[in-house]
Amino acid sequence: MGGVDVYRGTFGPRQAGRLLWRGAFGPRPGEAAALAKKGMRGAVLSLTRPPSERLIGPRPTDADGNPIAPFDAWGHDGLWWLDRMVRTNQPHVERMTLVWHDWFATGDVGSQKLGIKQKVTMRKDALGSFEKLFLDVTIDPAMLLWLSGGENTKYAPNENYGREMMELFSLGVSNVSGYPYSEDDVREQARSLTGWTYDWDDNLGPVNFRFEPELHDYGIKQVFGKSGRFDWRDSVSLCVRHPAHAPYFVQRLWHYFVPTPPSPGTRNALVQLYRQNGHQIRPLVEAILMHPDFYEGPSMIKPPIVFIAGMLRARRRGIDTDSWTWVSELAGQQLFYPPNVSGWDESRWLDTSTLRGRWLAAGVAIEGDEADSNGGYPATETAEAAVAKALKYWGDPPLTAATRRELERFAKRVENAVAADWEESAYRGLRQNALRMLIATAPDSETC
Amino acid sequence: MARSCGCNEFSRRHLLESTAAEAGRGLPAIEPGMPEPAGTGLSRRSFMLRSGALLLSVYGASRLGLGQLSEGVAQAAGTADPVLVTVFLDGGIDGLSVLAPVEDPVYRRLRPTLALDPDGGTPFAEDSRLRWHPAAGSLNKLHRQGKLSVMPAVGYAHANQSHFTSRHYWEVGSLSATEPTGWLGRLLDVIGTPDNPLQGLSLDGHLSPVLAPKRVPVAAVDGPRYDLWAPGVWGDVEDLMFGSMAALGGSHAAGMDPARAQAGYVATQAMDVRRRLRPFADRDITPPVPYPDGGDESFPDNMAALAALLAAGLPIRCVALSGPGFYDTHEDQRTALSTGLKLTADSLAAFQRDLESRGIADRVVTLIWSEFGRRPEQNASNGTDHGAGGVGFVMGSRVRGRMLGEFPGLAKLDEDDNVRPTLDFRALYCSVLEQWLHQDASRIIPGAAGFQRPRVIA
Repeated sequence: MGGVDVYRGTFGPRQAGRLLWRGAFGPRPGEAAALAKKGMRGAVLSLTRPPSERLIGPRPTDADGNPIAPFDAWGHDGLWWLDRMVRTNQPHVERMTLVWHDWFATGDVGSQKLGIKQKVTMRKDALGSFEKLFLDVTIDPAMLLWLSGGENTKYAPNENYGREMMELFSLGVSNVSGYPYSEDDVREQARSLTGWTYDWDDNLGPVNFRFEPELHDYGIKQVFGKSGRFDWRDSVSLCVRHPAHAPYFVQRLWHYFVPTPPSPGTRNALVQLYRQNGHQIRPLVEAILMHPDFYEGPSMIKPPIVFIAGMLRARRRGIDTDSWTWVSELAGQQLFYPPNVSGWDESRWLDTSTLRGRWLAAGVAIEGDEADSNGGYPATETAEAAVAKALKYWGDPPLTAATRRELERFAKRVENAVAADWEESAYRGLRQNALRMLIATAPDSETC
Repeated sequence: MARSCGCNEFSRRHLLESTAAEAGRGLPAIEPGMPEPAGTGLSRRSFMLRSGALLLSVYGASRLGLGQLSEGVAQAAGTADPVLVTVFLDGGIDGLSVLAPVEDPVYRRLRPTLALDPDGGTPFAEDSRLRWHPAAGSLNKLHRQGKLSVMPAVGYAHANQSHFTSRHYWEVGSLSATEPTGWLGRLLDVIGTPDNPLQGLSLDGHLSPVLAPKRVPVAAVDGPRYDLWAPGVWGDVEDLMFGSMAALGGSHAAGMDPARAQAGYVATQAMDVRRRLRPFADRDITPPVPYPDGGDESFPDNMAALAALLAAGLPIRCVALSGPGFYDTHEDQRTALSTGLKLTADSLAAFQRDLESRGIADRVVTLIWSEFGRRPEQNASNGTDHGAGGVGFVMGSRVRGRMLGEFPGLAKLDEDDNVRPTLDFRALYCSVLEQWLHQDASRIIPGAAGFQRPRVIA
């Protein structure tokens, strides 16, 4: 690992749980304990170097039991992906695909099929060479539509992609020691990127995405002080080799997994690691997932879609309702619909309105197998037993002592509220359902 | 390794995140705060507490209890202090379409397919070279009534062409990427009070960076409904459950772990909002004048709600919200621009009429801005790329109604072939602060002494 620090502390179910929440989509029941037995290094590598892909469990359906229609039915693109997050045996690859969805944030381009194809491309490249990923995204049809790359010709260059490829995708903007690129670089990059186009079919929409030499500007361009007859491949290559790229890349990627900034020493070591490995993503992610700050630092707010996928994994429940589309939107993260090209703002995951979305999401996850509140529930269940049962319902997640105390207080209060014989059973059924909601939405469960 | 640009603030996004974190420090509390329509006979105090149509998230009020905040609001209510509203047009609106130099041969050459029809819109009364976009008819009318000052080329020299950076400059009132407070946030730090969150009101559901203060509380309106539901839970047990949710939140809100504390704090807010708004979930505002139908856009409703709040005498000083529409018109600009522009213009005109019919138009000035204008030369996609000098407006019964800066023409463009700005946005801010809000701009805008003050208020 070169000079990057490695975590040497205890690696128990709690640490393995954090690894699964931040690096994947949370544990299935018992999974954190099983992963802990591999030790930290073995656990990380089992995520980053998974066996070949399998989807486990029932196929996704809408609420009527019909198969989902990802290309055609509105919102089913998101269901298609959420299903993979829930059922895959390569959850880290899927999580990295989500990282790239946020990084190269592509919104609605009028074709769910193209949106999904882009995610397939990102998944294929998720842990390989960043340059390859960047190159594939640059000429990806959804991206060509989203940032006008398909409208960019030598006759009239369109700067949209040329700018964002530097500002958001590879170099960032600086306020410390000047900008990594100039406005001239934006214009010259746009010229280099010319030539990609597509046809419009009245029935199919945009089709036949291709490079058209006629539309490409073969003249000499000047980018970052270098000159040549650059094309889109050179555009990407110049960005990735720019001295500002590796520091930007390392810090931005780090931030997806660790809420505190890396120390200067760690940052430099990671930059070196990234460069030495020829811009490979996997070694860098492994170093971050093994870093002491990952395990020893404060917790992070779970992204809304991770929160949702994690509940389903904990319940071993598949996609059997299209409610997830509007629920995830209310929670602040509808897949395929980032707010803009800079992706989701993770400093704003939680407010009173998105918390309501998470609450409703927990309700949807629970709905359909509520405890009986019509007299069929054990009328003598103790408060402690009720809490234990509700915890087991969610796969026994670790809770802080403060949360556990409050849950037990609540359980006792419900018993004290019983005023009639029939309520002994009914209130205990209601209590069980309420405990499940409280556990699912407690501050412990919003964070990892 | 050489010190490179990735060192501290490694991207605009994270910079803005840290800005947001700074702005939100002190943690939000919540107050419901939408009044009954005026004249229902309820006292302000009671409709502060009995209100229902909108939620207020209060930012930066950690030291005061909710009760004190509503006391502060009630105390401050009924004043006639001047109000400043800012409306942001997201994406960089094309000034050369809003006010088009239709007969300029350079314009027609640079905009072969996007140039406005020479006979299309109405001439601009102060500069015969320019014509209004047909969708901006309401703005023309306001201008002819003397209630709208036009800024044909507002901005700053060497415009930064990143949406995010340029917007940030406008928001903080300075060309500083690291400034954590908004220009109106700093104003409120001077003129505001520690117990009145309504003094700075964001209407887009989250704290506007324009209003991010250092020390006083400000509020954000969240939306009209707050129903929570849980399968298989009702009655006594449901009440106990929500009580426990609040207690769980409270037990973590003061904890050491920042993320868990935030989750806890938001849970307590959510339960408070739910409790207060539950009985009043479906009250409507009936404005005295018609507003355009916004469809999916909340802008006309928000402006109508704002007029009602102001008429009710709530102690609002500064308001920030976004206009409707999509102004980052890299493609197909002709269609993309006009829908949003029309809805914006018509809603603004309705808001002005609403204020007039409520008798409070003398108290309100509205500033309409965008992060930059667009490139004079169109691109290959029948759109335009990011530019520099752009169009902006100041609206109100008290504004001077005369052009601020001038249209510089297209014969001479700046070093990036963009429109040269003829008015610096910070000069505009200084004028508004001094002439409308009667504050010393040098306490609020860095380098204020260096800017000429255009006459904004009559």
